[in-house]
Parts: sequence; C-alpha cells; structure tokens
Amino acid sequence: MREKILNYIEKNSRIDIHDLAVLVDADEASVLNCLEEMENDHIICGYHTLINWDKVGVEKVTALIEVRVTPQRGMGFDKVAEHIYHYPEVNALYLISGGFDFMVIIEGKTLREVSEFVSAKLSPLESILSTKTNFILKKYKDHGTVMQAGHKDERELILP
Amino acid sequence: MRNPLNKTIVEIEPSGIRKFFDIVSEMKDAISLGVGEPDFDTPWRVRDEAIYSLEQGRTFYTSNAGLKELKEEIANFLDRRYDMKYNPYEEMLITVGGSEAIDIALRAMLDPGDEVLIPQPSYVSYVPCAILANGTPVIIELKEENDFRLTAEELEEKITDKTKMLVLPFPNNPTGAVLERKDLEAIAKVIEKHDLFVLSDEIYSELTYLEKHVSIVNIPGMRERTVLINGFSKSHAMTGWRLGYACAPKKIIEQMLKIHQFAIMCAPTTSQYAAVTAIRDCDKEVADMREEYNDRRRYLLHRFDEMGLKCFEPFGAFYMFPSIKEFNMTSDEFATRLLKSKKVAVVPGNAFGSCGEGFLRISYAYSLSNLKEALDRMEDFIKELREEQHAS
Repeated sequence: MREKILNYIEKNSRIDIHDLAVLVDADEASVLNCLEEMENDHIICGYHTLINWDKVGVEKVTALIEVRVTPQRGMGFDKVAEHIYHYPEVNALYLISGGFDFMVIIEGKTLREVSEFVSAKLSPLESILSTKTNFILKKYKDHGTVMQAGHKDERELILP
Repeated sequence: MRNPLNKTIVEIEPSGIRKFFDIVSEMKDAISLGVGEPDFDTPWRVRDEAIYSLEQGRTFYTSNAGLKELKEEIANFLDRRYDMKYNPYEEMLITVGGSEAIDIALRAMLDPGDEVLIPQPSYVSYVPCAILANGTPVIIELKEENDFRLTAEELEEKITDKTKMLVLPFPNNPTGAVLERKDLEAIAKVIEKHDLFVLSDEIYSELTYLEKHVSIVNIPGMRERTVLINGFSKSHAMTGWRLGYACAPKKIIEQMLKIHQFAIMCAPTTSQYAAVTAIRDCDKEVADMREEYNDRRRYLLHRFDEMGLKCFEPFGAFYMFPSIKEFNMTSDEFATRLLKSKKVAVVPGNAFGSCGEGFLRISYAYSLSNLKEALDRMEDFIKELREEQHAS
C-alpha cells in the first residue's frame, strides 16, 4: 500500500484522502495512518508544488554547478556536502559519479546573484578544487511532467 | 435510373443511437464518458519505432498475411501471456484492426442460412457483419443476474440444426463482463456436442482485473474450432494504427487470407513495424495502463455505490454498465436528459442490443479528474431525478 500511496501523491499531493483510499483499496483511517508514519520516518519529506515560473513572469535563474572536491579524511564527501547544502541558495545537492563529484543546483533571482554565490561562497571553500557553472536556459520537463500544457482530448465519436 | 444499391446493405439499420450521437457532437463543451478507446497515448517507443521505419523508407506493402517478424512476435506473446501455441506462418493473419478479422472470419465460414449465435449486449458490428456474410444472426440475451456471462444453458437453448458458429465477445464491450475457466469449460461442452465453431473476440484480453484472461482456446478440443481475434488497439493504446490479427487452424486462415488479399492487400506497413516493438518490448507499459484502469474501475464502483446506482462489478475491458431501471425511463431518455442538463455524455445501453435497455455504458478511459467531475454531475442529476420522482 505504501508504494501505491507514494506513487499517487508523488504526482498529486493534493489528492483527496477519500479518493486516495478508494484508489489504493483501503479505508481512510489506514491511509491517514500510513501517511503519518511515512512523514515521521521522513519517507515523505514534504509536499511541494511544481511551478512553471516562466509563466508567472518572475525572473529566476537556475544553475547546475559541477564541483570537484578533495574528500576529507575520515569523513569522505559527507562533511563537504554538509558544508555546501547549508547555504539556503542551494536547492539540491547530489554526489555523483563521473568527471566530477557534486552537482549543486542553485536558484537565484539574477545571473549576478548566482555568480556571486559561486565566486564568493562556493569556490573559496578549502576542499573545493574546481567548479563549472551551467545555466539552465529552458525547462522542458521536471518531475516527470512536461512543462507546457498537455494536449486536449481529440478522440472523436465513433460507433461504440 | 435503376436502383444502384444492394438490398442487404440498404436493409441494415443504421445504428439506433446515431441521433443521440448527433446531439453529443453538437455540444462542444460536454464531458464525455462515451468514448470506447484508451485515453493513453501509444507508448513513445512504439511511436518512435514507427517514425524510424518511415525514415528508413519502409513504405512498401508487406506480404499479404503480414510481416514475418511481427507474426513471430505475436506467436511469442500468445505463448508467453496465454499459453497458446500458434504457428505464425500458417495459422495467423495480420488484419486492419480486429474489426477486419471479424468480417473476414464470418465471410470465410458462413454459407447462406447458417445461423450465428451472438450474445448481447455486445459490440455493434457482429450482427451487420454476419448479415453481410449471408449468415443469420441469432441473439442470445445475456442477463444482469448472471453478471452478463454467457451460460451453457442460454447457449444450448438457441441452437438449431442450422447453427454453425458462436461469437464469444469476452472480456465484453459494453458490460465489462469476463468468462472464467469454469464458464468456458461448460460452453465448450455444448460447442463440441453440436459441432459448432467459435469466433472469439479477445480484443480486451490484456485488460482483466480479477485474474489473468483465459481463452476458449485454452480449453481442450477448442483450438481446432476457434478463430481467435485480438489486436493492439486496446492493450497498447493503438486504435488509430488499425492493427489486429486472427489466429485459427490453417484451413480457415487460408480462406480468410484470400478475402484479405483481394480486399485489403495487407495491413498498414508502418503500423506493423511499430507493433513489433509494442508486442515484444511493452509488457511493462501495458501493465501500468492496466493498473491505472483498475484504480479508476474501483473508483467508479465506489461512486456508484455511494449514489446508490445499481451496478454489477465488471472485471474486464474499461467499461461499467450500471442499471437505470429505477428511474422508469429508457436509456435513450436518461442519456439525453443527462447530456442536456449536466453536459455529461454516456452511451445508452440499448445501442448494444435491445437487452441493453435500462443500462448505460460508462467508459473509464478518461483521466481521474475527468471521471470525478463527470461523476459529480451525474450524482447531482440522479439526486434531482429521485426528488422529482418523490414529489410526483
């Protein structure tokens, strides 16, 4: 049941509990219990909204920053990561395989704000060897959802 | 001028619900629960394969019976999913949708005067296709109290010395009814006893929600008497590709192939290349769609239950078939009033045979939010009707 609930609320966190219970074939009380359990266990880490900011006319700049670091003795990458993710500008942080170590996702109001964060805060950190900043030009799909409005139902009436 | 027309086709009634459909098509902002085709897009990898085949210039005919590779993959699929063994080179024919297969199977097997048993409510094509094949359709009226299953007794009752074949449309459009192994075993006994043949339309076979689909072909002795019809429209959300297939003993397929090659040549080539990918690589996509349909099915059942609308639990296809007999009006009247007052379109049950009178076909090939909105409106409508009845 957990997985099924998660699959539904991952796509629609505002789903009516009554409907959700029918969809996962359980009663409302046990769905509510299950949700609460998962919130406590930090399986559900929050209920966010996917927003196409482009349409709101609010300027936002997102950058994916590739970061190479020297892992710290005894702690590996975690200590460095902690240092980075505490900055409120950091939207997401991943340890990754390949040519660099961290992917830092920064969101700022302007290009300048993002560059300032990189040059003034990120780069000077002792363990950081190099950074490479990639600005997002256009967001096509996020969280499995295509940002532009879906196509309308074009099915035609046909003999049943 | 002489009459240019053929008497048989002129005498076939146009569908009784055409008038209703005309009203629906004029009402642009109506929410429809009337469409009998998947709301999902064809899986992207299938569409991608079709684009690739066009880029490669594969715009020729295929062989009449269909692309060899596709027939082999269908044979694999039938074996993997349903434990059916068919020789792809001699016992299989790729057709323009399941509908072509229905037509040519009837034409290949019926002689004038042969009777064809057609259970109803069912898909609207069987009766006219049987008539056009010079057969005589004989209707078996399925009953709500049997969950719209065909029973051996109902079958036996309609058999005469002219009966040649039975159309077996399960999982069923419009009722959503399925047959289980025990039902099929009982039917098979009657088929064997009276030396009949079966046209088994299993186009909804991938959409069952109780247990895996069982075919009459799986019952000992029946494979030799059955034309199995299936396709890609419902399972793989590929209605517009027009692709189906028929499997049958060699001597039947050979004659069906004659009609197919003279009338059709071959099924659309692009669709056939795409279908290779669909049937070989898309079990996961099909399972995901099935799960979503099943959730919607439970949602609708729950809503009908809440509004006190009587509906048997269907375990197949993507339709519900609730009864509206308590309101003392015909399916047509109910559907027309629902459409005019709440702008929700459903299909009157009598479209699928006169025994569908008193029922509605509601398709759940719609997004959950769409279903929710339509069901809210339907609930209001029913409340109003009940108040109206109470007042009078």
